[in-house]
Amino acid sequence: MDDIDRTIINHLQQGFPICPSPYRQVAETLAISEADLIERLKQLLEQGILSRFGPMYHAEQMGGALTLAALKVPEPRFDEVTEIVNSFPEVAHNYARSHALNMWFVLATEQPEQVQNVIQAIEQQTGLPVYNMPKIQEYYVGLQLDV
Amino acid sequence: MIDAVDYQLIAAVQKGLPIAARPYAVVAERLSLDEQEVIERLSRLKSQGLIKRWGVVVKHRQLGYRANAMIVMNVPDERVAEIGAKVSQQACVNLCYQRPSQGDTWPYNLYCMIHGKSREVVLQQWQELQQVCDLADYAFEVLFSRRCFKQRGALYRHNQAQDVLHG
Repeated sequence: MDDIDRTIINHLQQGFPICPSPYRQVAETLAISEADLIERLKQLLEQGILSRFGPMYHAEQMGGALTLAALKVPEPRFDEVTEIVNSFPEVAHNYARSHALNMWFVLATEQPEQVQNVIQAIEQQTGLPVYNMPKIQEYYVGLQLDV
Repeated sequence: MIDAVDYQLIAAVQKGLPIAARPYAVVAERLSLDEQEVIERLSRLKSQGLIKRWGVVVKHRQLGYRANAMIVMNVPDERVAEIGAKVSQQACVNLCYQRPSQGDTWPYNLYCMIHGKSREVVLQQWQELQQVCDLADYAFEVLFSRRCFKQRGALYRHNQAQDVLHG
């Protein structure tokens, strides 16, 4: 990854044009050729630096629901519980964190009422209470990681 | 409102936009639509807010952002909005949410994420944030991630994928 790749990533995190030749438009802004931009994007995707290039949907506006939930997992059971939790397709992210509440995962469901069903199923299969922490309010930040 | 064609379109670009000179024409051809219609529909979905953001999804760990802290604070309920608004404006903060506290076990009601290249840098940024936003009086905890087990698009209606952060 060189400086041009970094510029491309930083720039594209701010958005992407929806017009007939969007790569040409971005390339012009960055003062590189369209072919160079396309080639570099393909490389960045292939190398796994970018996981995806496209839209991010708004779960609630799509009719679905999202929540953040946590578990206090006894350390000896950590791998077993991880496997159970990750087996649910509704689990989008799962992070181990250094705290008594040591497993934090995001649930994304098609229908709002499914959140409670998935939580109950996880509680049943793990025998652990799930702490459900749905967002009350989101404060806008421009998500941007400078690379 | 969104219709069946919108859903098809959302499903068609779920894994990403084609990397080709005329990407929307490629999508249009797959769906037997014309390019202009695809552009109009996607623009509308964006202005309606169904598409939150259009861009790249960066694997932050791959880019060296290995220290990922979820910082939780217990701030007075009547001040959450004001403090949340202020915290979210700081450059180091990637996400900021109000969430319900859970009694004495978990008294925290305001969450923010800081992604950094090392824990030291993140803790330094957090100290600065506390000063700038006047947070010294409030209980907090910093939860660093130890491992990421799963980071992928969530399954969605019609198998639409969605990249979610800590929604």
